[in-house]
Amino acid sequence: MNEMRPASEAELCEIIRAASGPLVVRGGGTRGALPAGAVLETGGLNGVTLYEPGALTLVAGAGTPVAELEALLATEGQRLAFEVPDLRGLLGREGTSTLGGVVAENASGPRRVSVGACRDFCLGVRFVDGRGEVIRNGGRVMKNVTGYDLVKLLAGSRGRLGVLTEVALKVLPRPETEATLCLSGLSDAQAVEALSAALGSPYEVTGTAHLPGQGTYLRIEGFEGSVRYRLERLRAVLASYGAGVEVASPWAAIRDVTALAGRPGDLWRLSLRPSEAPGVVARLGAEAVVYDWGGGLVWALMAPGSDVVGRLGAFSGHATCLRGGVAGPEEPPTIATLTNGLRLQFDPRGVFA
Amino acid sequence: MDMPRPDAAILSRKARIVARLREVLPADAVVDDLHELRAYECDALSAYRCPPLAAILPRSTTEVAAALKICHDEGVPVVPRGAGTSLAGGALPTADSVILGVARMNAVLEVSYTDRFIRVQSGRTNLSVSGAVEEAGFFYAPDPSSQLACAIAGNIAMNSGGAHCLKYGVTTNNLLGVTMVLMDGTVVEIGGPWMDAPGLDLLGVVCGSEGQLGVVTEATLRILPKPEGALPVLMGFDSSEVAGACVSDIIKAGVLPVAIEFMDRPCIEACEAFARAGYPMCEALLIVEVEGSEAEIRHQLDLIMQIARRHTPVELREAADADQAKRIWLGRKSAFGAMGQINDYMCLDGTIPVSSLPFVLKRIGELSRDFGLDVANVFHAGDGNMHPLILYNANLPGDQEKCEALGAEILKLCVEVGGCLTGEHGVGIEKRDLMAVQYGPADLEAQLRVKDVFDPKWLLNPAKVFPLQVTASRRAG
Repeated sequence: MNEMRPASEAELCEIIRAASGPLVVRGGGTRGALPAGAVLETGGLNGVTLYEPGALTLVAGAGTPVAELEALLATEGQRLAFEVPDLRGLLGREGTSTLGGVVAENASGPRRVSVGACRDFCLGVRFVDGRGEVIRNGGRVMKNVTGYDLVKLLAGSRGRLGVLTEVALKVLPRPETEATLCLSGLSDAQAVEALSAALGSPYEVTGTAHLPGQGTYLRIEGFEGSVRYRLERLRAVLASYGAGVEVASPWAAIRDVTALAGRPGDLWRLSLRPSEAPGVVARLGAEAVVYDWGGGLVWALMAPGSDVVGRLGAFSGHATCLRGGVAGPEEPPTIATLTNGLRLQFDPRGVFA
Repeated sequence: MDMPRPDAAILSRKARIVARLREVLPADAVVDDLHELRAYECDALSAYRCPPLAAILPRSTTEVAAALKICHDEGVPVVPRGAGTSLAGGALPTADSVILGVARMNAVLEVSYTDRFIRVQSGRTNLSVSGAVEEAGFFYAPDPSSQLACAIAGNIAMNSGGAHCLKYGVTTNNLLGVTMVLMDGTVVEIGGPWMDAPGLDLLGVVCGSEGQLGVVTEATLRILPKPEGALPVLMGFDSSEVAGACVSDIIKAGVLPVAIEFMDRPCIEACEAFARAGYPMCEALLIVEVEGSEAEIRHQLDLIMQIARRHTPVELREAADADQAKRIWLGRKSAFGAMGQINDYMCLDGTIPVSSLPFVLKRIGELSRDFGLDVANVFHAGDGNMHPLILYNANLPGDQEKCEALGAEILKLCVEVGGCLTGEHGVGIEKRDLMAVQYGPADLEAQLRVKDVFDPKWLLNPAKVFPLQVTASRRAG
């Protein structure tokens, strides 16, 4: 079957109403699972409909390329603060990342640990549910508690409740400058301890990653004088973990997990309680790992077919397999009941694969 | 504001329902005495009152689950109540409902400074969450004005904000997990001390669901290190347009203050009379607060004052020390009390795009004249969350209705310019009938379907949030 690429929301509604088999909703196909089914591309639903720099607000069609948004924001000295990861290298994909795809995956980079995830910057959505109906929720203002927050529910829903057609985002000013401190020779446990100490300090660290054998990285952003001041204070806080040196920005590589790209094996993503992360990683026996979010996010490359679920045992968090033949652990039954109930309500015919 | 007619069959079974609740709860946790029930007849929207059938005050998740299971069996509506500070009537009971108060559940269950979270029972007050971690230099960021009294349970129900959310976000941005009991007694654990959801973001939809999806008994909250310091600057302008333009320029300049508060002349006058904070008499006053080290504060304040000067302020006053800072905040913090002293008032909560500020203020002025009721404006300007206070006289027949009608017009105006009905107080009963102004039938239906999943019998806080005629068939079933 040919790919469907609606040029309007109305056309999208018709396609969904007429669908008999599973539809695979796809933005740029740069992240997320690609199950079997007829591909429904959202690239035709594009364009920025509103940008008010003074209100830190941007509204755009779900199929708008993220790069286009970032270029527009840069002209006003602003940015998407949640730092969109580009996982094409890691997952071996091509294509152009879209706003809808990013929101549907709640894709959030290193800055998530301090400023929030993609979902925290989503102010409003329009989407078409499995019945082919257009639904609006939220709006374009920063504070909105009018009715249920379906914006959060749709963010990270991976196209299982509906097809996003438009998203309103809160954006933030791009800081004047940034600096990165690198600590060397720390064990995983020491590294997470150091990152916790930094995140527990008032110096507003916006990046906290650890690449075993390579270094432990901390980022500070803001006005030049303030960055200098906080960097020195941070050094003092972390003195017991070594002197540390200032290095060129490694954050694009950390965000995109390039350390694990192009290597064979199963790929897992763990979201967990930071202080438990080093112990969990030790149990995993991974070939390579990357720690982000102060230890709260672990990317792990495993030998093919590794029994990750068995090795993980009980831990505070959750694990997802991004590549490889093994399924992740199942949701607890109470959560599964609610999740399945919501899917049935929004997609009663099971149109979304 | 109508409430559904109480179910006579439930009223007639009161004795049996209370007896069954007493079987699973301690004797002091079930209130059925008519005089004692008066304490639960309203929340902070005190114009509406109705004593409930009974009130229960459980101390644990297990007790909540046991009690809800009985109410579910009996088909009795349950109205969850935090501290009863809702301005929207979120905790208003009906005569056939059981109030479930979480106030006795106020323990701190776990604190981790390395993982930067605190887990509390949901009846704990907002301020005492910060209180539990402040010795270690941490705080809980959302700071609603009622933070001394309001409970975390209510904060989660209404997705509460506060003056400092321009930088720190609202409740949903600071909530990591909940233990929640569904209406049928099922205990659900959603989220925890990690930073995202494995599947659908159920936590995101629970937060702000006004106690209609489940009763939150425990919450895992993100805590943050306290900033080194903070200082406000006060600026007065001779028009609200100019003040609005100044706010926009500050944000565009790349400074992100923790708070930008706005007050108009009627509000300034009332605050001066009440608190004598020494505010200048002018059309519009801004309080802008920044955080950081001394040098950082200096740098940001210099930038902000530079921008302010371009807008020719009639007053530009920096706080030289903590004492002066306190004075600058004094008037703003006593604004509601000041208003309450001169009049009865209704506090609105619509949010607008910041760019529409001058137009909206002008229209509010016109509407105020049309209705013959004074309106004072005090609000969070950085994020467009307005708090128009409509002054009226509750003892004057018809005045409250007039006030509500004016309130509805102002909220419609907020929606017209691209904003919303409520920024942080919630819909409750107060804005229930205006929901159709903001959302179309399909938009509302999608929300109702979410409740169908969590509470198929529509027993949890059923008469709130949505227009009664929209939910009638579901509530009857």
